[in-house]
Amino acid sequence: MRRTVSLTKGLNLNLEGGLTSKESVGKACVGRVAVVPDDFPGFVPKLDVKEGDMVSIGSPLLHDKNDPSVRLVAPAAGVVEAVVRGARRKIERVVIAVDAAECQAETCKPFAGADAATVRRALAKSGLWAMMRQRPFDVVPHSAVKPRAIMVTAMDTAPLALSLEESVKGKTAELKAGIDVLRTLCSGPIYIGMEKGSSLPDSDGVEMVEFPRLHPAGNAGVQIANIDPVNKGEVVLTLDIVTLVRIGSLALTGKPDWTVEVAVTGSEVEHPQVLTAVAGAEMSSLVGGNVKVDGRHHRVISGNVLTGVPVGEDGFLRYPYRQVTVIPEGDDADEFMGWASMSPSKMSVSPSFIGRFLRRKFSPDARLNGGRRAMIMSGEYDKVFPMDILPEYLVKAILAKDIDRMEALGIYEVAPEDFALAEYVDPSKLELQKIVREGLDYLRNEV
Amino acid sequence: MKALRNYLNRIKPNFEPDGKLHAFRSVFDGFETFLYTPNSTSTSGVNIHDSLDSKRVMIIVVLALMPCLLFGMYNTGYQNWLAAGAASFPFWQIMAYGFLAVLPRIVVAYAVGLGIEFVVAQWRREEIQEGFLVTGILIPLICPIETPLWMLAVATAFSVIFVKEVFGGTGYNIFNVALVTRAVLFFGYPAQMSGDKVFVSTNSICGLGYDLPDAFSGATPLGQIASFSGGDLELLNLQGNVISTWDAFLGLIPGSFGETSTLAILIGAVILLATGIASWRIMLSVVAGGLLMGWIANVFATPTYPASFLSPADQLLFGGFAFAAVFMATDPVTAARTNAGKYFYGLLVGVMAIIIRTYNNGYPEGAMLAVLLANALAPLIDHCVVQLNVARRMRRLRQSAE
Repeated sequence: MRRTVSLTKGLNLNLEGGLTSKESVGKACVGRVAVVPDDFPGFVPKLDVKEGDMVSIGSPLLHDKNDPSVRLVAPAAGVVEAVVRGARRKIERVVIAVDAAECQAETCKPFAGADAATVRRALAKSGLWAMMRQRPFDVVPHSAVKPRAIMVTAMDTAPLALSLEESVKGKTAELKAGIDVLRTLCSGPIYIGMEKGSSLPDSDGVEMVEFPRLHPAGNAGVQIANIDPVNKGEVVLTLDIVTLVRIGSLALTGKPDWTVEVAVTGSEVEHPQVLTAVAGAEMSSLVGGNVKVDGRHHRVISGNVLTGVPVGEDGFLRYPYRQVTVIPEGDDADEFMGWASMSPSKMSVSPSFIGRFLRRKFSPDARLNGGRRAMIMSGEYDKVFPMDILPEYLVKAILAKDIDRMEALGIYEVAPEDFALAEYVDPSKLELQKIVREGLDYLRNEV
Repeated sequence: MKALRNYLNRIKPNFEPDGKLHAFRSVFDGFETFLYTPNSTSTSGVNIHDSLDSKRVMIIVVLALMPCLLFGMYNTGYQNWLAAGAASFPFWQIMAYGFLAVLPRIVVAYAVGLGIEFVVAQWRREEIQEGFLVTGILIPLICPIETPLWMLAVATAFSVIFVKEVFGGTGYNIFNVALVTRAVLFFGYPAQMSGDKVFVSTNSICGLGYDLPDAFSGATPLGQIASFSGGDLELLNLQGNVISTWDAFLGLIPGSFGETSTLAILIGAVILLATGIASWRIMLSVVAGGLLMGWIANVFATPTYPASFLSPADQLLFGGFAFAAVFMATDPVTAARTNAGKYFYGLLVGVMAIIIRTYNNGYPEGAMLAVLLANALAPLIDHCVVQLNVARRMRRLRQSAE
């Protein structure tokens, strides 16, 4: 079963520092890894370890206060070096000093073919459950959730991203096992959203849906909204195909696998490349020595330029990203009358910039390129928002904290990442992703 | 450029909260961000932003208004020369005359409007917003050239304060600020703002131009139509010759300063559409609405309403219709914001402008009122479009529940 959804709204950003086709896959030498609870919205962390504890791959580090069976686990073996806390003792991250000789893994019994309760228990314990998200609210789903459908995305359309499909090539058995596991979780349809012309094998009972390669078509939320939109009161699980393969691999062998291929990209990277590392790897192991020495300030982003987190060179790889992007920060630039610029190196969707018409790559910096304003121009968000939702009105309803209006305008269907492109094009420079995240959290607490 | 940057850096501390010039922080901030793009970087969400910002948006609109402004200068001089019965029309003298005639109006509009903006920004501790850059140039363009300066100042102050600032500033206003200024002038000072004298500059300025006798008549084409009382309808220029369609298209007719030339307005429209700043949906549907209503009026032409004898194309050429279609109706803040709503909004503006102009002899120019009316109805139009979206979602919910 294959069908095609054609989307015309969206935008592919043409950035410098992308991977060229034949990139050698190197191996990163990871000294430390970290697990950051903030990457798992809805997860209220409670510590299972203390500083100095020995952990092996897959050992529980944290559990959810509201759903104790859901865990975050150690992606590498070693010693818990630090539990970093922020204001009001909030757990910011758990850092593990990796012991290279130690590769002890906490295995479980293979659960392929097991009943639903066993599968749920095993997934929650393995830390893989927390890698899934749900609509509404874009949070880690409750371990007992009964989803109406499951959306697996097999394409990453974000700027400079690594192909999801490449990463799972040749893992047909794991993929199949993963799908079998999903089927025990959900009696409804399972969708796989993939790129047009994809070579992913068809699977029984899975609806394969092709999308054009036009960001944000790779977002699970955009895909489900165009196939089978989420209604109030329903839950749809979303995950990417790499997580699905990990689930399949765990179900078949019982061994956790937290290795991850990371694309090191961006205009300030000397040699864009793909590295094999582990989840939560320290940034220095990924970009160390590979950042241009050009006297500029750099922004080291875990993830892509649209949704990624600027973590700096001493930060860690954050979930769900499999990408590092380094761009110029731009706070050292003094641009005279930038608003009047006719420079062809300015990146914009507006035809008032020459660059819009050039087939070239851009290396934008992190500046806002203007001041924050009220919404002035209309219809700008719509052009990059391929869902049957009026983004401007939804954002206004969120700002007004009007719950009925938010529901009516489709807040249950969206995640902050869906607004990333709108935030990029916005001439008023509003913080849309932050607004939407706060709206989702507000709504979740209220209803 | 480095020297300027260093100079700004040196004087900046004076404008900080405890500096001795802190009362002018917003003014300094406005100039600094105008001269140098702020290098504040994103702190949440996306790490890169599009290069387009509201400063560029506003400046492009101002640029698009330049042909109208330049032509308005020429036409102001030209009408003065024409009314004086001159035989030759020296270009540079006419331009200089027009420039001197409009300069005080631009200065007054900007001084009053930006002054209020600066004060409010300082008071609210916000950045200066660029909205008035456009409003300030629009106001002289849509007012008759002989509008007394003090009236211009009062009307500008009124509309900036009561139409924009009380609602929260740029982006929150319900009505188009420049048009309200025009409406305040029109309804507040009807005696001075209508009739046949106000549209033609009647005095010499700095030795340029002519002092016109009191007896001359400078009625606009629409004014002539409105006071038409039978016989053959012929529109005449200041020398008593018939106005050709070509004259009307070029804009060599009496009228408000910047809105007589359809050609100049078209150049502005091309700039706005090519840069994607103004909505083509609105422009297109305003013109469609005007042609449609102009055609209907023309089919049912009656001597009771002499403007109904104008062909639909003439309706677009005369008065402020074209200017309203390109620059007024497309103001994104006060227009409909949904794409579907924009079509309906534009049609409403076009149809209403011709209805008011044709069927109300007391008020020959309908475009201003039509846009203001549509501004008032835009939220309602959008509401209907939004409700359709909501209804689709509700229907889906009901279907899935079954």
